[in-house]
Amino acid sequence: MALKIVKGSIDRMFDKNLQDLVRGIRNHKEDEAKYISTCIDEIKQELKQDNIAVKANAVCKLTYLQMLGYDVSWAAFNIVEVMSSSKFTYKRIGYLAASQCFHESTDVIMLTTNQIRKDLSSPNQYDTGVALTGLSCFVTPDLARDLANDIMTLMSHTKPYIRKKAVLIMYKVFLKYPESLRPAFPRLKEKLEDPDPGVQSAAVNVICELARRNPKNYLSLAPLFFKLMTSSTNNWVLIKIIKLFGALTPLEPRLGKKLIEPLTNLIHSTSAMSLLYECVNTVIAVLISLSSGMPNHSASIQVSFSRHAHTFSLKYLGLLAMSKILKTHPKSVQSHKDLILQCLDDKDESIRLRALDLLYGMVSKKNLMEIVKKLMLHVDKAEGTTYRDELLTKIIDICSQSNYQYISILVELTRLEGTRHGHLIASQMLDVAIRVKAIRAFAVAQMATLLDNAHLLTGNTQRNGICEVLYAAAWICGEFSEHLEEPMATLEAMLRPKVATLPGHIQAVYVQNAAKLFATVLRGQEGAPADSTVAQETSQLLIDRLPLFVQSSNLEVQERASCILQLVKYIQKLQQKDVEVAEEVTALFAGELNPVAPKAQKKVPVPEGLDLDVWINEPPSGSESEDEGRKSKGKAVFAKDESRHTKPRYTEVDEKELAKRREVRKAEQANNPFYIKASPSSQKVYQDGVGVEHIPVVQIDLSVPLKVPGMPMSDQYVKLEEERRERNKADKKKKKDKKKREKGEKGRRRRGDSGPESEEDITPAHMVDIVTEEMPESRDNHIRSDPDL
Amino acid sequence: MIKAILIFNNHGKPRLSKFYEHYSEDTEQQIIRETFHLVSKRDENVCNFLEGGMLIGGSENKLIYRHYATLYFVFCVDSSESELGILGLIQVFVETLDKCFENVCELDLIFHVDKVHNILAEMVMGGMVLETNMNEIITQVDAQNKMEKSEAGIAGAPARAVSAVKNMNLPEMPRNINIGDISIKVPNLPSFK
Repeated sequence: MALKIVKGSIDRMFDKNLQDLVRGIRNHKEDEAKYISTCIDEIKQELKQDNIAVKANAVCKLTYLQMLGYDVSWAAFNIVEVMSSSKFTYKRIGYLAASQCFHESTDVIMLTTNQIRKDLSSPNQYDTGVALTGLSCFVTPDLARDLANDIMTLMSHTKPYIRKKAVLIMYKVFLKYPESLRPAFPRLKEKLEDPDPGVQSAAVNVICELARRNPKNYLSLAPLFFKLMTSSTNNWVLIKIIKLFGALTPLEPRLGKKLIEPLTNLIHSTSAMSLLYECVNTVIAVLISLSSGMPNHSASIQVSFSRHAHTFSLKYLGLLAMSKILKTHPKSVQSHKDLILQCLDDKDESIRLRALDLLYGMVSKKNLMEIVKKLMLHVDKAEGTTYRDELLTKIIDICSQSNYQYISILVELTRLEGTRHGHLIASQMLDVAIRVKAIRAFAVAQMATLLDNAHLLTGNTQRNGICEVLYAAAWICGEFSEHLEEPMATLEAMLRPKVATLPGHIQAVYVQNAAKLFATVLRGQEGAPADSTVAQETSQLLIDRLPLFVQSSNLEVQERASCILQLVKYIQKLQQKDVEVAEEVTALFAGELNPVAPKAQKKVPVPEGLDLDVWINEPPSGSESEDEGRKSKGKAVFAKDESRHTKPRYTEVDEKELAKRREVRKAEQANNPFYIKASPSSQKVYQDGVGVEHIPVVQIDLSVPLKVPGMPMSDQYVKLEEERRERNKADKKKKKDKKKREKGEKGRRRRGDSGPESEEDITPAHMVDIVTEEMPESRDNHIRSDPDL
Repeated sequence: MIKAILIFNNHGKPRLSKFYEHYSEDTEQQIIRETFHLVSKRDENVCNFLEGGMLIGGSENKLIYRHYATLYFVFCVDSSESELGILGLIQVFVETLDKCFENVCELDLIFHVDKVHNILAEMVMGGMVLETNMNEIITQVDAQNKMEKSEAGIAGAPARAVSAVKNMNLPEMPRNINIGDISIKVPNLPSFK
């Protein structure tokens, strides 16, 4: 027995304390988890001992392990035991552990109530202090209710140390048990005038927190706080009071007026940056709420403030404050434009970003160019991609308000490397070029230069890289090729072998627009009575260069290239026979594409007799299996959507143009080996056409009908549609800017084309979310004129 | 109100974590990691505030931090606290630690985290600032340390002796001690743990 005691105490001497535990963990870096679990076992043994010192030591170690992320809630009862020790040292350890891991659902918390009450009335002020500190972290509604009175009594304790803590914890008590606020409030108000500055500070703290939650109720205290503000020298108290006033002024404008003077005094007298900032902030809030303008006032404060702004934090906060002013008094911020521009040079990225935001808000017609010029300078100097990208986005935003300089700025932007906004620039270029006819010539010239210098950009082939711009360049050159000065040169540039290194979708656009350019070139060349050899040379050029694209791994490129190649070969044959083909080739790309507003579809009146909600087919019967039903429904729904989407593709063109297009369209269908003719008789119509129709067409005899049940469309159509819809989703940005109108009677049919010479249907990437397109007025004839409907 | 106070080193290992709102241990560790991630990315000469990470209140809360040598001191606060004031508070905290530990370094925080908690408890209580005056804080901390020592009394002596020996790091002792004209050569004793 005696031996056991001796052995016990020797064991105890070699118990690990906290330092040993930490050292042990540091020495077991490889098997830390295993070591810790050994330690936890030891701790569990120690907790079984009667000796309170041992338990306290164990709990101390557990607190450390909790910081490392180990759950120690299983030791909650032991923690309570240690809390109830009579010795201050152990008590402190217990309360610390409790504050780290006790929470509302810890069940042993109820056991602590009496212990805490005992500690609160202890003669030792540090026992009380430790209890209050611990309680502030784990107070629950029950504890709050039970202990509120004790704590209220403590607010009038003789020792200021206790008073201070008691006052401060009242806030947590109020949070958990709101009913305690009313009886305690008078005493709390008293504490605002406590002789001890610490207690006063605590009282101010509590009331400010309360007032932030519920400003109305504390307006009556404003005079008292006013007195405090003018008399106190403690910066923390002043900061809290000034913040409180900032929250109160929106409710009481007279308060604001009275505040301005003492606040301005404080601004000029204080040396503490924190106080200065809060004063400025509140003055601004007051001025804004007064909304009597006083821009001079705020301006003067801003100037005095910026003189102090030699630290980064202050600059940042100053810029934040200016953004707040900007919303209500933009003019006063204007005068500090130079200051803000200076901030753009700052080393700190967050400051630069804030300044950028401010500038964006300050832009007006007059200073637009100046600001943009400065921003461009910065873009050149800027390193660090996030800032640069922000700059770019902002420049683009600002510039989209003014088109003329826009294109040149966009082109300059493309010279920059490493930006992720290639697609943004591209879409903007396209947008501007389409919408603003006046600058098309200029745009085209720029684009042509861009294409010439494309080798500079092909290096960066990452997604959304700057090579996206080439996409736009190619399209603009192709579509508005009549403005090109040297179409031949541009055509040549588009067909260079290096183009094959670009991403697939860009190559596809290149190929397609090469065809358009070809048409323009031909027209130009055949107009001259000179030799047709030049025209033949052009065709030869295409025939030489296109095979590279025909071998591309990208399906789209392959398709387009092979179709155009065939067309050109045929054209060459015609040319050798001295037939003028320029007209027909131009006809392939005739028609202007105009933007369509997003809400156009809504304006389309639904034609009579068409009920969009009715099933076009018989709804699947109930006896069908779920899957089947869903599938066919799915297909039908999908197909129905198609019909809805494809119907509203109309442009305002005259009948002649319509007939011409119909002809050419049918020509395409003749080329398309996959297209299934509606009826064999209509084939005769095709023979009437000239030129293109004579290309021998291989008919594939399919025994299985490729019809989607209920819809007169080909399978291919549906598949293509799906492809395009996917591409649409991927190119959402382009959709937003490209609003095209397409024709109705071609609508569905053209979808049936496999793509190459789809005239108005230039590239799927240009397609918009058609459901939301705005419709031009007259298109009623078109549905009925479509023979296939 | 202060939501949390974190101290971690340049590798993200927590040296002190005090949360004034309850989170599970896993969430606490995640918050520490997220905060470390946010704060360690910052350059040396940028401003000391940033918006809180998602786990700890997102954009309503701000992280106010200071980087001292190998340690980051991070206070996560809501909008009722003045950012610059909290920066000042961090400074006071560090200076107090310096006074109490005598030229505090990271090792002190590692081995005596309970003492750091005790000092912090005199400055911030339940998420609200209790005392900002350094002298006042130190007075209270010293008084409580004295109480602790007097309670341990004589019975604490053997334990303290054992601790002292364990803490001694013989290999690090200077080989030669020079006091004026007397030069003592220290024998090379084997270390024992």
